[in-house]
Amino acid sequence: MTNSASIGQPLDRVDGPLKVSGAATYAAEHQLDHAPLVGWIVEATIPTGRIKALDTSAAENSAGVVAVLTHRDSPAQTPFGEPDDEGRFTQSRAMLRDDRIRYHGFPVALVIADTLANARHAAGLVEVSYESEPAVTVAGEDADEKPDELDGGLDADVSRGDFERAYGDADVTLDVTYSTPNQAAAAMEPHATIAEYDGEELWVYTSVQLIGPAVQVLANTLNLDPDKIRVLSPYIGGGFGSKLGLHNEAVLACLGAMHLERPVKVVQHRRHVFHNAPHRGNSVQRIRLGASRDGKLQAIGHDSFMPRARDYAFAEPTGASARTTYRTDALLSRHRVKTVDISLIDSCRAPGHSIGSLAFESAIDEMAYRCGQDPVAFRLANMPDKDPSSGKPFSSHDLAECLREGAAKFGWDQRESAPRSHERGRQLVGYGVASTIRINILVKSTTRIRLSDDGSLIAWANMTDIGTGTYTILTQIAADILGLPAGQVQIELGDSAYPASCGSGGSFGAGSSGSALRDACMKLREKLVDIARKQESLKSADFDGARFERGKLVLGDKEVPLTELVRQSGHDYLEVEGKVEPGEEHEKYSQHSYGAQFAEVTVDRDTGEVRVQRMLGVFSAGRILNHKTARSQLLGGMVWGISYALLEELMLDERYGAFVNRDFAEYHLAVNRDIPEVEIHFREQPDSHSNPLGSKGIGELSISGAGAAVANAVYHATGVRVRNFPITLDKLLEHLP
Amino acid sequence: MAELSVNGQQVTLSDDPRTTLLDTLRELPGFTGTKKGCDHGQCGACTVLLDGRRVNACLILAVQCEGCEVTTIEGLGEGDQLHPLQQAFVRHDGFQCGYCTPGQICSAYAMLEEIANGEPSDVTDEDGVRLSRDEIRERMSGNLCRCGAYANIVDAILEAGQREESPS
Repeated sequence: MTNSASIGQPLDRVDGPLKVSGAATYAAEHQLDHAPLVGWIVEATIPTGRIKALDTSAAENSAGVVAVLTHRDSPAQTPFGEPDDEGRFTQSRAMLRDDRIRYHGFPVALVIADTLANARHAAGLVEVSYESEPAVTVAGEDADEKPDELDGGLDADVSRGDFERAYGDADVTLDVTYSTPNQAAAAMEPHATIAEYDGEELWVYTSVQLIGPAVQVLANTLNLDPDKIRVLSPYIGGGFGSKLGLHNEAVLACLGAMHLERPVKVVQHRRHVFHNAPHRGNSVQRIRLGASRDGKLQAIGHDSFMPRARDYAFAEPTGASARTTYRTDALLSRHRVKTVDISLIDSCRAPGHSIGSLAFESAIDEMAYRCGQDPVAFRLANMPDKDPSSGKPFSSHDLAECLREGAAKFGWDQRESAPRSHERGRQLVGYGVASTIRINILVKSTTRIRLSDDGSLIAWANMTDIGTGTYTILTQIAADILGLPAGQVQIELGDSAYPASCGSGGSFGAGSSGSALRDACMKLREKLVDIARKQESLKSADFDGARFERGKLVLGDKEVPLTELVRQSGHDYLEVEGKVEPGEEHEKYSQHSYGAQFAEVTVDRDTGEVRVQRMLGVFSAGRILNHKTARSQLLGGMVWGISYALLEELMLDERYGAFVNRDFAEYHLAVNRDIPEVEIHFREQPDSHSNPLGSKGIGELSISGAGAAVANAVYHATGVRVRNFPITLDKLLEHLP
Repeated sequence: MAELSVNGQQVTLSDDPRTTLLDTLRELPGFTGTKKGCDHGQCGACTVLLDGRRVNACLILAVQCEGCEVTTIEGLGEGDQLHPLQQAFVRHDGFQCGYCTPGQICSAYAMLEEIANGEPSDVTDEDGVRLSRDEIRERMSGNLCRCGAYANIVDAILEAGQREESPS
């Protein structure tokens, strides 16, 4: 019997009604018994150096101001970056601790007042003078530091076979350098926190993707017992990596609350977010490819150069696409970074594959043309039979089928292969393709569930839903396994008091937290069956074919309501815990989700304006847990891809280490009119190695290729290959007919 | 003190002449549905209806609203019953994180009226104003959605708009 809440069904988001009616409570919106004071961040205006003089008197005397917190009176903190062996999400994020300026925009004061207007006004009265020190603000091909490891624990360098020789011997070679700009996550909800402290316990209402590390980072930073810290983050207005680690206003709100022992709310202004939350660093990617005359790849070389924020060990694995997408005789992938004095550089949606694919899938397209081959056929001719970087077998591999199916659905055979072959009036028309892969990860997770004698089920985990649909797919998993209607399942997330889970990031949320919940539900089923077995009336029942349906345990022609089984346990409810952790399946196999994306663009031959006319993607990401929310994840990633290819660029003033386009008029995101008709198809193939659900990561899949499909279509339309993203019209104009 | 009606309820807003309609609304319990995304009129998350027209509440000072009627996302439905636009956004998954959603829906509500009134846009051709995907895309481009739900937002608005055009 089909349950409308079964796994895979396109169930409407269970939190949908709250979100469309304005009733979902985001970080800054929690109502406390007493209205919190309001803090405003005063930012440093130099990239590095010391505070020479700080005059807060005018601000302190300004109307409504309660305190101006600076390094002179801030509560004690652990030095930034300590301990240095626990990873970046839990190391101290101290600020207002001493007179050192770490980067442009680093907080030098927090003005706390009764109202936002008073705090903001007074912030303008704080006078700061600095002793500047020489700062490094830009990294390019001069980056020469080898990081200890890349994000996700990947090796900085991978070398298979003799690259130089294979490249030197190749009939056809390509040596090109691509660049991608600094980029902002730009979640629509600016980072925000309300902190409340009573001298013993610290309550923190914030917007963070990983709850467990948020508690630990506050404990480490503020020298508090983690058991005395409660972090709540039930609704999150987008994260995209920028809310993985706890951000600056959260630490500041806590400092303010501890200093005053009154609740303090700090909401980053949009202009704060660009410096006081992390961004993605710019990359330079040199790609060298060698192939035989008939188009077989023999050498793949990828050298990545990026900035790394001082004392913050995040290095993006931009070589990820080059390492695993195609077969090759020899592979050389290296990552170098340069330490810079600018604001934190961290994960942004699909670290590695997103900007890596932008460059690499463009270069592969160049190579296809250079070998005189169709870009789809070239890719198909170079499918790997094992992971080229590790030699491990793939848990499943479906890229070729995605490409074939996508090409057929898109009408790829209607495309003339030569660039600048298609025109529509004054518009040049082009068609592009890109392979899409994204690593699949499983992260340790736990959960606890309770089935009450009224038939309701509650699941608790400190998991988060950042718009990915976690509340909904977890509802479906529990409803499906226990045969309950969705309305009887309640998922409680976003609270550090709940069992530790993976949190949201790296596309591991659904598979990991879902598998922990599955485990709990399966254990609960065993418990319920055990209770039933003890029943006299069910002695002869068919326990081998036990099913859970319609709130009942069904045993052949006999059935018993779960509520009755709970009551027979002698308790008001049954509670069990579930967990999952990565095992040898993730050691033995190289695991990825796959896709193929196709784009049609037009380029105005007079203005150079690029418009995406349609996009199509075929995706293979294991078992799909909810077809509606999964499609939305892919749709969103495609929008990001279009945005990365054509629009987004965070511009740095190298003299001050400051981003200059710190708002949405200047930092361009794709808007509704930029997004065409988008077609999304699933090739649903559960992967038995990925996790007990057979699902795979989906949130970062489509962004890992969408932009290159657009870029390759622009080349096909114009014959112009732009290698410095984004492809803005000024880069095309002089080359157009 | 600026006195105005919010969702039919008389409220007194901050008399601080620096305070925007948005900031003062968000301080009122029960009115945090209106979101602040940029504070610059660039993202549309704070869109509300001011005397029936859509505005960015971050660009209007509270004191300018004396005697006005404001409708926020909390005022669109009838009690617990969601407005057809709100229902369509849920059905078509016209959002993910939900933060831009109240602004999208308020904007869509007013936009459908603009179309019904025959107010032209950049994409309107000589045949006049008709409800279409292109019209929706153009007219909703002041409402950013970083989750990238645009195509679903268009589906939701189109469905709700068509239902309005031909009530069954």
